[in-house]
Amino acid sequence: MIRVVLPAHLRTLAHVDGEVKLHVEGPVTQRSVLDALEACYPMLRGTIRDHVTQQRRAFVRFFACEQDLSHESPDAPLPDAVGMGAEPFLIVGAMAGG
Amino acid sequence: MSGVRVLVGTRKGAFVLTSDAKRERWDISGPHFAGWEIYHLKGSPVEPNRLYASQSSGWFGQIIQRSDDGGKTWHQPGTPPGEPTTTSGGMPKGESNKFVYDTSPETGKPLTTHLWYDGTPHPWEFARVWHLEPSLTDPDTVYAGVEDAALFRSTDGGQTWQELPGLRGHSSASSWQPGAGGMCLHTIVLDPSHPGRIFIAISAAGVFRTDDAGKTWRPMNRGLRSEGIPDPTAEVGHCVHRIAMHRSRPGVLFMQKHWDVMRSDDAGESWREVSGNLPTDFGFPIDVHAHEPDTIYVVPIKSDSEHYPPDGKLRVYRSRTGGNEWEALTKGLPQSHCYVNVLRDAMAVDSLDPCGVYVGTTGGQVYASADAGDSWAPIVRDLPAVVSVEVQTLP
Repeated sequence: MIRVVLPAHLRTLAHVDGEVKLHVEGPVTQRSVLDALEACYPMLRGTIRDHVTQQRRAFVRFFACEQDLSHESPDAPLPDAVGMGAEPFLIVGAMAGG
Repeated sequence: MSGVRVLVGTRKGAFVLTSDAKRERWDISGPHFAGWEIYHLKGSPVEPNRLYASQSSGWFGQIIQRSDDGGKTWHQPGTPPGEPTTTSGGMPKGESNKFVYDTSPETGKPLTTHLWYDGTPHPWEFARVWHLEPSLTDPDTVYAGVEDAALFRSTDGGQTWQELPGLRGHSSASSWQPGAGGMCLHTIVLDPSHPGRIFIAISAAGVFRTDDAGKTWRPMNRGLRSEGIPDPTAEVGHCVHRIAMHRSRPGVLFMQKHWDVMRSDDAGESWREVSGNLPTDFGFPIDVHAHEPDTIYVVPIKSDSEHYPPDGKLRVYRSRTGGNEWEALTKGLPQSHCYVNVLRDAMAVDSLDPCGVYVGTTGGQVYASADAGDSWAPIVRDLPAVVSVEVQTLP
């Protein structure tokens, strides 16, 4: 199972607490994880990536295994530890405020 | 016993304020959608427990929320969790937060550009829904005015949204420019006597009217005069802040423009200034008394850069003559050191007798008058900055 950590506002929208666990078919990539996430939680469509272009929203970042993956190709494989469920895939709202 | 329900949108959530017809004691619920900007909430006039809310965030975009029980519970009216997001035929199912400009060759227009603040072409980019206007006859039909300026409609209770592309396809659209708050379509007025007639207003393009349910549109800005644009009497380019109509007299419209309070007696074909003795004719909201079509309300603001009341005194002004002669309403409103603003969607009236009037401020106060403006009292004082106020009169 793939573990995904959502920012607080998106946990509220999805009506979940804590991590989300997803089953992902095939290669584990940003795209396949987000596809699986949106299939389970359709209310999140458009909140992480654009409805049409599928591009990551400007103030949303992706991290895993202490790496910033925000600018990686959406089809690049995620670290093995994410695919094995040892580490979560982090979806993070950009820091703002004081 | 009848009562009222006040729907308040703020920078950090929504609040629902309810009272009986006396409008003295209030129940407060909220924040709903805590931490999100709630630009607007509005109820269906034919099914008052059906509410729509625009929830948005610079991080996570636009969400549409719906309540079917008067604001007690809310849901996104798209595909429920756990259900497939596509039909068995592979077609996507409803997604309530999907607003995509219509660029199809059959119905839409090529997605060209409008003008940016500096006068250079700028692509159309969807930012948020500013205003939701439920149909006068069908609770599942609702219009959405969005930034960058366009008009969308849902006919399935907010699940799916389609642009009415004739507006953005108007020949003037490439010359539209944003106002200070963005290029927003912020006002939608449905004409109860002409089912296909809709008035909209865009900052800073002006008023447009359709008589064929959104297929074609005409600018309705004759008589407006705006300094600060190359041609002060141009057909489009005016920063209209709000327009209001009384249901019993839909040919008469009132407008708060960037500067100037205006009136039209011919359904927007022409306008004349009715600012009269106002201390300043800059402001954002304007509304009409529920039972007196010639009684109107504005909140004068010092200037386009000083967005607070003149002299630090929050005064609602009332005209009982459809403009020109205005009286200051001050009883119960702060009359010293008050530097809040009242935004364009933050004034509303109920239809009880006497008519109630409500204003919300950027300081987080919602003031109510249960006597048509003669006296005021705060319902709440310390909400986040208020963006919008709507009122439902309940049986």
